[in-house]
Order: sequence, then structure tokens, then C-alpha cells
Amino acid sequence: MKARIKFRKYGVMRFIGHLDVMRFFQKAMRRAGIPIAFTGGYSPHMIMSFAQPLGVGITSDGEYLDIELKEEIDPQEAVRRLNEVSVEGIEVVNFCRIPDDKKSSGMTIVAAASYKAILLESAGSADVPRAFPESWSGKADEFLRQESIVVLKKTKRSETQADIKPMIYQMKLEEDGIYLFLAAGSEQNLKPDLVIRAFLEFIGEDPDGVPFHYHRIDVYARNISEPKNSHKFIPLDSVSC
Amino acid sequence: MRKLALNDEILLKIEKPARYIGNEVNSVMKDKSKIDIRFAMCFPDVYEIGMSHLGIQILYDMFNRREDVWCERVYSPWTDLDQIMRNEQIPLFALESQDPIKEFDFLGITIQYEMCYTNILQVIDLSGIPLNACDRNDSDPIVIGGGPCTYNPEPLAEFFDLFYIGDGETVYDQLLDAYKENKKNGGSRKDYLRKAAEIEGIYVPQFYETEYKEDGTIASFKPTDSHAKPVIQKQMVSNLTDTYYPMAPVVPFIKVTQDRVVLEIQRGCIRGCRFCQAGMLYRPTRERDVETLKQYACAMLKNTGHEEISLSSLSSSDYSQLKELVTFLIEEFKDEGINICLPSLRIDAFSLDVMGKVQDIRKSSLTFAPEAGSQRMRDVINKGLTEEIILDGAGQAFEGGWNKVKLYFMLGLPTETEEDMKAIPRLADKIARRYYEIPKDRRNGKCQITTSTSFFIPKPFTPFQWAKMYDKEEYVARAAVVKHEFQGQLNRKSLKYHWHEADVTVLEGVFARGDRRLSKVILEAYRLGCLYDSWTETFDNEKWMQAFENTGVDIGFYNLRERDSDEIFPWDFIDIGVTKDFLYREWERAMKGEVTPNCRVRCSGCGVMKYKGGVCIESKN
Repeated sequence: MKARIKFRKYGVMRFIGHLDVMRFFQKAMRRAGIPIAFTGGYSPHMIMSFAQPLGVGITSDGEYLDIELKEEIDPQEAVRRLNEVSVEGIEVVNFCRIPDDKKSSGMTIVAAASYKAILLESAGSADVPRAFPESWSGKADEFLRQESIVVLKKTKRSETQADIKPMIYQMKLEEDGIYLFLAAGSEQNLKPDLVIRAFLEFIGEDPDGVPFHYHRIDVYARNISEPKNSHKFIPLDSVSC
Repeated sequence: MRKLALNDEILLKIEKPARYIGNEVNSVMKDKSKIDIRFAMCFPDVYEIGMSHLGIQILYDMFNRREDVWCERVYSPWTDLDQIMRNEQIPLFALESQDPIKEFDFLGITIQYEMCYTNILQVIDLSGIPLNACDRNDSDPIVIGGGPCTYNPEPLAEFFDLFYIGDGETVYDQLLDAYKENKKNGGSRKDYLRKAAEIEGIYVPQFYETEYKEDGTIASFKPTDSHAKPVIQKQMVSNLTDTYYPMAPVVPFIKVTQDRVVLEIQRGCIRGCRFCQAGMLYRPTRERDVETLKQYACAMLKNTGHEEISLSSLSSSDYSQLKELVTFLIEEFKDEGINICLPSLRIDAFSLDVMGKVQDIRKSSLTFAPEAGSQRMRDVINKGLTEEIILDGAGQAFEGGWNKVKLYFMLGLPTETEEDMKAIPRLADKIARRYYEIPKDRRNGKCQITTSTSFFIPKPFTPFQWAKMYDKEEYVARAAVVKHEFQGQLNRKSLKYHWHEADVTVLEGVFARGDRRLSKVILEAYRLGCLYDSWTETFDNEKWMQAFENTGVDIGFYNLRERDSDEIFPWDFIDIGVTKDFLYREWERAMKGEVTPNCRVRCSGCGVMKYKGGVCIESKN
């Protein structure tokens, strides 16, 4: 039987990288006594998979991991126990059973993620936001009205030109931040800073000189009851919970 | 929410920001307005090394059990952050509160190896504390050192207010109570140091004076303050079961060197190898009760969530309840996916059986530490391992399916001849031959015998403390003899050979047996930019040589002469229980190649009986 865990990552934990968050959960499962299943062999490991890695520095209200259980556990009890052994900055908000079929597995169904990009007073602190300049209003719509948005995508191996416009599903400039709804997952994935940098260049600001803090709001799967390219998504914990 | 000492911009720029944010599971937070003493506990190396150290976890737990004390941790900032902190004048801070170290009452530094000495200066310096103890005033923390290197603290004498000599579990309460008392009475720093000097095991270097003879050796070493004792008695926990042990050690977020539960099963060693400092310092051997250890294992695994547990001690095979403990661990935890990490055990039927249970035979290797290649040389160092035992153990393991062996040796031991050096490759080859005696269809491909040699460094409080060392060229030449001999072996294709760099050996030798005059060399090396000297990528031998030249200190004086029987050593003021007479007797027996039996076979009258503990009283209960 499988379960999906949703958690928040905030505060100083934003400096803990993805692999270390995985290690954190492996140890937390043991401390909390969650009856998680193991693989076989000489070095058995927990059957656990994370939905979508989160970059260092980014906070989140919607992180997911799926685990396989060897016996039933009450979801509320599991949430309580995990939070009891957690640290400030990692909070489990949901624990639910998911179907055992492969189709529902967290890794593969991820299709989008939503973010809030917050303008900062300085790069020194993610906790001190700054109001957007008057001149930025309406610019997000203008930015999106472009035919294409070509950026330089850097990977470890190469740099490629890519049109990111099709991967931006929504972008709204509101009082407290720029809200983004972007493609995510193994097929295509767009990082929020790439969008904001392109936006800053578009409005004539220096991307390296304007500090932002990024916060992930949630991760989504495609709503299978809708047509494939409809851009209708549901949060991972609504898929089957 | 906790406010971090470093801002986001810095944390996102440096390598592994998790080193500096604290917040780990089981780290201790307290309300600083409700405590009397703030203690910063430091391991002067990078976080991943420091977090792997059991001693700090023991003391951290012990201090924090006191309601009036808050003990926090601090490690050396890595070179990237070191630069930023200097440029931006950010003071060094403790991980828990993120408060500057300068605000603390104590800065405790564990001193585990000689090559961390410049990192000690880095920690003191970045904290904004004057490097020289005599320049500190009432607003500076008391800088106290502990750990194995404090058995000859003299090269660091100028930088420390106090040294704690011995097991940390004994007199810290007295030391902290005296501090509180002094603070309450409005006493000065000097008043406190005087009080501390009266506590057993506490050495206050500024209350002593050394006079030297014309030849550079010590003429006299005497207290200059009436509160300071002429001899400092090593502190020892007699009962290891009835003392502190951390049931909930701090669990790091990032992978550290020792990322597991560590169970210290005993302290000390009965063997009496003549090169081994730990074997003399931690006498008498004391065991921890096996039932207690079982409880500790369960509690610690539960509280940390670690997926691995390892046993820790010198010569673990000598722990009398080993079989029971290991069997328990396997039965209790193997099905829970807990990895059981065995320390290097003597190879016999039992150890091969348990190793087969807890690890993949095809991937794991067997380790032997014969330390010397020839039987003559092994007799000199009193290593009771014979060629027969090694070949027999290796044979059993090969029959059981293993095909990888690691061998550890030392070069440059006292009385070593070319024959002794050549015996190393020959022994490795004999092990390989033993492997190929097994019929082809019953063995697992080729065998892999990996031999490593390090250069022997004489340490204080060992029978070899009188021995001379060699210069760098001689060490390299000895390694070349071994390498050449390896190339002539029948099974050379199954043999691999690694040797250690000689530069560091020379420096370690100087500081291991050095005196107070070396403080200025360490300071000069630090000023020239030496830091993280135990890391090959940052070690800079040229700068060290420059530091010796600039200060006019001669390496040869410390390394290249055999000491006279009546020479006063810089560490003679410390009494570890083992007498200098015993050590000299052992030195003489070594020269004659006579072996001395271990403590359980026969008491050799080393002197440590006066502590009335452990193996010394075992058979008399």
C-alpha cells in the first residue's frame, strides 16, 4: 500500500538541498516509527520517492513524497508522529493513502507547479519584501503577449536557446508578489527564476541587481478528466486523497 | 524563528550552507536569559569531520543536562566562508543560538591531531579573541583544550587558558561550579584561572615556566604561581557503565564522515603496542556493561533514525562480551534495514561468520594491521600478530569467499633495516599465494591485496618517545625500497601499494614531541596563510618551512636526535599513571626485540594500577 505525504519547507530549512531533505525523511520515518517498506538485498533501502526537487534557497508549501507501507497506519497519527520528530522548517501537512498502481506515482504525474516570486529589499534577507515599482504594473501581461520568450537555458553540460513561453501557463503581478504557474515534471520543467530573469530583462532591469525570493505554492498533476492540453491541473494531494 | 548569523546572499554563495545553520534534530536550544554559563564546544575542522566525533557528542549531552549551562557547537568555517568572514568582519558564531563566540563564557576546543593547530588559531581569531592567552581580559571567553593532543599541550601553551587532561566526564562540574562562584564573587579572570589550577587534571599553562639548557633540552619546568600544581594527574572514569552517554546525539542534515550511531564499547587497550599512544594514555582498559550497551543501541537508533550502527573501541576483539553484543545487534536490527558496521576485528571463525551476515562478501574487504613486515620488527613494536595468524586468517576468509585484503604497515620504526622493509611486500605476496592455493573453480577470480604504509611518528607517553625520526628524503627512500620490492613479487599483479606523503609526517613529528617554543612557529604559519593542514588540497608545506625559517626553529632538534634516558620531556609534568620507568623498560626491551604480554595475560607493572579500575582489578573482584 502506498501513501503520499505533503509537507512545507520554510525558514532555515530552505538551505538544505534536495538530497539532504530525502535523508532527513529517511531518518524521520525511523524516528516516527512509520511502517515503511524496504527493498530487498544486502543494503535494503526505504521505498520512497520525491515528486519534484526544490532548489536550495526556495521555500515551499507544497512538497510531496510517496512511500510504500508494509502495514496500515492512521493518517492523522502518521502526521502527528512525523511532526513530533521533525525540526522547525519541515512540517508535514497531509498524509493520505494513494492507489498502488504506477499511474498515480508522484514522480511521473507531476505536470505543473505554482510559485510566488517576492521582490526583496536586498539579497541579504528573504524575509524583507519590497513593493513593486509603479512602473511594473501591467508589464506582466505585456511580457506574456510576446510571440515567444527565448532564454538561454543552462544545464550542467550545455547552454541552449529555448522558448519558455509555452511553459508559462499563468503569470500575475499582484501586490505581494508575482504569481507563476509553470510547467514542471520530467517531460518539461521551467524554473521560476528563469521566468523572472526574462521578465526583468524585458522591462529593462538588471536581472542580477534585482533580488527575489522564490516560494513554491504547490505541485500539480494533470486533471485526467479534462482533455490533454487543457491546462487544467489539480494539486498532487487531490489526485486520489 | 531563529535569526541566522550569515545573510542569505552569503549562504547561497558558499558551499554547503547546512554547515552553518544549526537546527539539526536533537540539537539543544535554551533560553539564554535563564542560564548562567554559555559553553561553545569546538572541533577545529570542517563541520562534516567535527560532527563525526563522539567525544563532543558526549560532552554536549553532559553539559546540557545541567540547567545552568547551555553548550553549543562551533566548527571551522571552510575556506570559502573563512575569506568572507574576514573581508566582511563577521564574527564566528555558535550553531545553535547563532550568537558570536566572543559572548560566551567558555570556548572548549577538542584537539585530536597535530595538523589542526592552525585551525585552532583560525577559530580563536575569527571569534575576535586575542590569540595569546596573556592578552585576554575579563570579557573574553575562557579558552580550554581537551583531547589526545593535550597530553603534550606545550606547542599550544600560549593560546590556551586551560587544558583539561584526561577523560572529560570527571571534573567539568567542578570547573563550571568554580566559574559560577567566581563570577558571583566578582572575581577576575586571573582569580578563576587560579581556582581552576587547583582542580585535579586542569593545567593552566601561563602559571608555569620552562628553562632550557644550552643544548636546547629542558633544564627545568616549574609552576610560577602558588596555586598551580607541579604535576597534573590524568583524569579517568573508572566505571564506564555508570557515566554519561548521549542517548540522543545530534543528527546532521548533510552527510558527515561518521553518519551513524556510535557505540563505545570500551576505553583503553590491553595490548601494549609500543608505538601506540592511545594504548598507553587510556590505560587501564575499561569495558562498558553489555546489557547497558544493548539499551543504548536501541535508544540511540530510535532517537536519531540512523540506518547504521557501529562499535567503537581500540582492539574491539578484546571486548569480553563482543559475541553477545554483535549477535544481539544482528538479531534485533538486521530485519529493520539497519546496517551493522563492525570495527576491524581479529580474523577468526566468529568474526568471519558475523561479517558474512552483515556485509556483502564479494564487495567487502578484510583488514589486517600487522604494522611491520618482519617478525623481528613486530617483536620490537610488541605487535602480537604472527605471520601464521595472518596467513591462517586470510586463508579462512578466502575459503569463505572473500578476495580482497587490506594491509596496514608503518615505515621508519626504530631499528628498521632494509630487510624489514622488504618483508612488507613479501608478506603481501604470501597472502596472495595463499589465495591462489584454492582451486580455480572454487575461488572468486583474482585477489586484490592492497598495502598501505604510513611513516612512524614517535608520540609522548609511549616506549618510543625516546626514538629518533628521519628527514623527508629518508622516508621517501624507504617507501621506494618497498615499492621496488613489490615489483619483484610473484603475484605483483594482485598487489597494490600506497604510501603516505612525508611532508606532513615531519611536521606531525615536531608538534607531537615539541615544546613551548613552537607556539611562535604555529602563529607564523597561520599568519602566512596555513589552514586546514590535514587536507591535502589546502596543505602548503612551503609556507610551513618558511614559518620555521622565519622563527629560527630547527626541525632537526625535535625529529632527528635520539633522546637521552634522563632528558626532561615537555610533557613530563603530566602523570598518566603509566610511569616513565615502565616506558623506558619497554624501550629497552624493544631494542632487544623482547615482547611483553598483554594486561590480561600478565600485569607488567606499568603503574596505572593506582587508578584501581578496569582490567587492573578485573580478576580481583
